[in-house]
Amino acid sequence: MARNSNRPLSPHLQIWRWGPAMLISILHRATGTVLSIGGGVMLIAWLVALASGQDTYAQFMDCMLADEGNALQIGRLNIIPFIILFGISWAFFQHMGSGVRHLVLDIGAGYELHTNRFWSIAVIVGAAVATIALWALILAR
Amino acid sequence: MGTGTGIGRVRGLGSAKSGAHHWVVHRFTAIGNLLLAPWLLVSLVRLPDLGFETVTAWLSSPFSAVAMLLFVVSTFWHLRMGLQVVIEDYVHDEGNKFASLLALNFSVIAAATLAVISILKIAVTGGAA
Repeated sequence: MARNSNRPLSPHLQIWRWGPAMLISILHRATGTVLSIGGGVMLIAWLVALASGQDTYAQFMDCMLADEGNALQIGRLNIIPFIILFGISWAFFQHMGSGVRHLVLDIGAGYELHTNRFWSIAVIVGAAVATIALWALILAR
Repeated sequence: MGTGTGIGRVRGLGSAKSGAHHWVVHRFTAIGNLLLAPWLLVSLVRLPDLGFETVTAWLSSPFSAVAMLLFVVSTFWHLRMGLQVVIEDYVHDEGNKFASLLALNFSVIAAATLAVISILKIAVTGGAA
């Protein structure tokens, strides 16, 4: 497409002063991409292992769970699967929270500056709290 | 008709009549995910363990199997639309954009089909090899 290169462009990220609304918008896209790739791969691997029978599923679980006496483990999980699953769970709560925020914005509500700022911060804090609560629940079992 | 800017070239031509479809379906699938993803999370946390027998017994009940199928369709449809927007925003070269969207569609459809077949197999056979 022919374009007049003398016309001004919209300034990119580094120009703007950071604020909660900007952060949550960027996080929505970042966590969506993380969930698509990380969550998608983990879900497919789990379902395919399950459908492939007991032995394949046992191998899959063996990769996820730590051996006896392994120093690098969180609960019963190996450290790397723990980091992946912890990250996916945070991305899930963050993306769900900012997704609900987007649905509210889509009906035209929540654009007042203080309301917008409040819910942007609330989603970020809420996602962190939900992630920690989930893993406290899992690791307490 | 102007020749300078994109908006100048299309102004006055009217609506393309199809622009909102992607946006609306993205919201439909978002609401689907909002119902189904918490269901999956709560179901998994409530299982006594994640061993083969426990998980296949749970997933072979019709309610779980159907909810899981709907979850896969809703999330993979939603992520296909989301990643499409990301590609369209950041990949400007037409050839690269076409190739990226092709790869996205192929991989998402292949992955979702793999998940659907796996769920159906567990649902129908109850996990028996």
